[in-house]
Amino acid sequence: MLINLTEEQKMIRDMAREFTKNEIEPRDKWMDENGFDFDLYKKVVDAGFMGINIPEEYGGGGGSAIDTTIIVHEFAKGSASEATFLDAHWMAADLVLFHGTDDQKKKYLPQACAGKIFAFGLTEASAGSDAAGIKSTAVRSADGGWVLNGGKAWITNSGVADYYIILAMTDASKGNHGISAFIVPKDAEGLTVGKFEQKMGIRGTATCELAFDNIRLPADALLGKEGDGFMMAMAALDGGRISVAAICAGVSEHAMTVAKDYANSRIAFGKPIAAFQGLSFRFAEMATDIKVMEMLAFDAAAMKDSGKRCTVDAAEAKLFAANHSLQICIDAQQVLGGNGYSKEYHVERFVRDARIFSVAEGTNEILRMIISGSVLAKK
Amino acid sequence: MKILVFVKQVPDTDDVKLDPRTGNLMRDGVESVINPLDANGVEAALELKEKYGGTVTAISMGPPQADDVLKKALAMGCDESVLLSDRALGGADTLATGYPLAKAAEKIGGYDLLICGRHAVDAETAQTGPIIAAFLGIPQVTLVDSVSIDGEYAVCRRVLPDRFETVRVKMPALITVCSEMNTPRYPTPINIMKALKKPRYVWNSRDINCDPEMIGAAGSPSSNKEIFEPPKRNTDTRYFTGEIEEMASAIADTLEAEKLI
Repeated sequence: MLINLTEEQKMIRDMAREFTKNEIEPRDKWMDENGFDFDLYKKVVDAGFMGINIPEEYGGGGGSAIDTTIIVHEFAKGSASEATFLDAHWMAADLVLFHGTDDQKKKYLPQACAGKIFAFGLTEASAGSDAAGIKSTAVRSADGGWVLNGGKAWITNSGVADYYIILAMTDASKGNHGISAFIVPKDAEGLTVGKFEQKMGIRGTATCELAFDNIRLPADALLGKEGDGFMMAMAALDGGRISVAAICAGVSEHAMTVAKDYANSRIAFGKPIAAFQGLSFRFAEMATDIKVMEMLAFDAAAMKDSGKRCTVDAAEAKLFAANHSLQICIDAQQVLGGNGYSKEYHVERFVRDARIFSVAEGTNEILRMIISGSVLAKK
Repeated sequence: MKILVFVKQVPDTDDVKLDPRTGNLMRDGVESVINPLDANGVEAALELKEKYGGTVTAISMGPPQADDVLKKALAMGCDESVLLSDRALGGADTLATGYPLAKAAEKIGGYDLLICGRHAVDAETAQTGPIIAAFLGIPQVTLVDSVSIDGEYAVCRRVLPDRFETVRVKMPALITVCSEMNTPRYPTPINIMKALKKPRYVWNSRDINCDPEMIGAAGSPSSNKEIFEPPKRNTDTRYFTGEIEEMASAIADTLEAEKLI
């Protein structure tokens, strides 16, 4: 492996792996059928995962991007839903960490560590990739506060979050540079949470529509500088994309493991089907692609930890991982034959889970724009 | 209060295979874990510390890689660790294991409660804890599934085959704990990051003033004559998966279909 994990990181990896095996994986099917698992969430809180990315002075673990990548990678080997929930929470908390005032950090970060759920709200029903197309607005009120109107869609952790980091237009004339970020508590008057979306996959995550009807926010609800929202969101997505790449690697490994166990035990024409090259060669491709996913994800995480800009690295990691993880899950399903079509064998759930990753936190198309822009700009 | 908890590194027993030539356990490539009942012991110690205050020292005897289980104990919340590691200590039976562990406790001194897991899942002798207590000349209470402190006394409930028994024992004392006692906590990532900065000691047999005649193979009156697997019977096995209710229903259907019920 290109990245040499420290002794602590190996221990974190082993602990996350054990927690996933004992607590998360057994609940994934239930979450697929029933939605967000509050009991599991409490175990995740008690096990200390919620604040791993937050400095110790705020009650967190002071962990690095490598540390968070390790954890979501392991979580995803048991449940893409649970890994995605944690990634989304960290991404939103990171916005407070990197852009909050001292008072905001002292107020919100300990809560994020203690288990209050955070959600990051950029996407709207009519604005996904085109972030400047968001319609939510925040207007200064006479008392120096803000009045928020509009709505959001496809926000992970919406419906269960305690705090939302909402991106809204404060100056439409400036396009992307007219977007600002606000901290909105779940009990804000005027905030309406819609019904839970019936998604194709990662059904253990909570996803609702949000509506803002003249939500009055105090002046200190503004996060970072007015007009910096888009820049803040894009930086947060760099971290999110690294996590998604690691999640894809974890889901892929889970699918491959299920397929491997099946192929080694299913007998056809007098021998295990794993003995047929037509099948065994699939595993060679799967294993190689998974290794590349891991390497790209951890390399991008190391780049982030070094303080260097990792936008292109994160985009490359996610693009490769999203494309290949879906194919790996489909191939794993194919190995199981007819049984792969049954919910009892789990792998069809992995296919449904993997489908989202070529869309969420940056579509494949947006990622290609980022990467090609970097490649073509080089002399 | 000062608590010492003894932990052992054992093979992950699901993976154990025997070398057909030697009859010995094949440990290469087998993952080693903390003895599950010792994890219960660590959890018991930490709960007592949280309730009554004090410190918890984790102690293990083994090769250098046994430090992994001490790291886990530290990450769970123990304050310091001691590894007894010395070639002279190798090849020991339970007597020659309990003796140096007792000597380590002697060196640390000032302890109130010593905690061991009821047995180690590899050998399952359940002897080491009582041997430590005997060498130290302190009372022992085995098969404990709950403990509280009342002044100078540890109040222990023992799990016996046909009843529970409550024992008040004056400290310093040693208890061995059962798996029913608690569910060991996960080491949190935050505690993992702090663990390796805590005091960690490695002692050899001279550091703890061991009598060379009482350690290692020389100090072991017992030895393994032979280890063998019981003969396997060919049976068809069908595995059931899913939620408990689903499995129970599927098993009942299968037994009914086979006319067994």
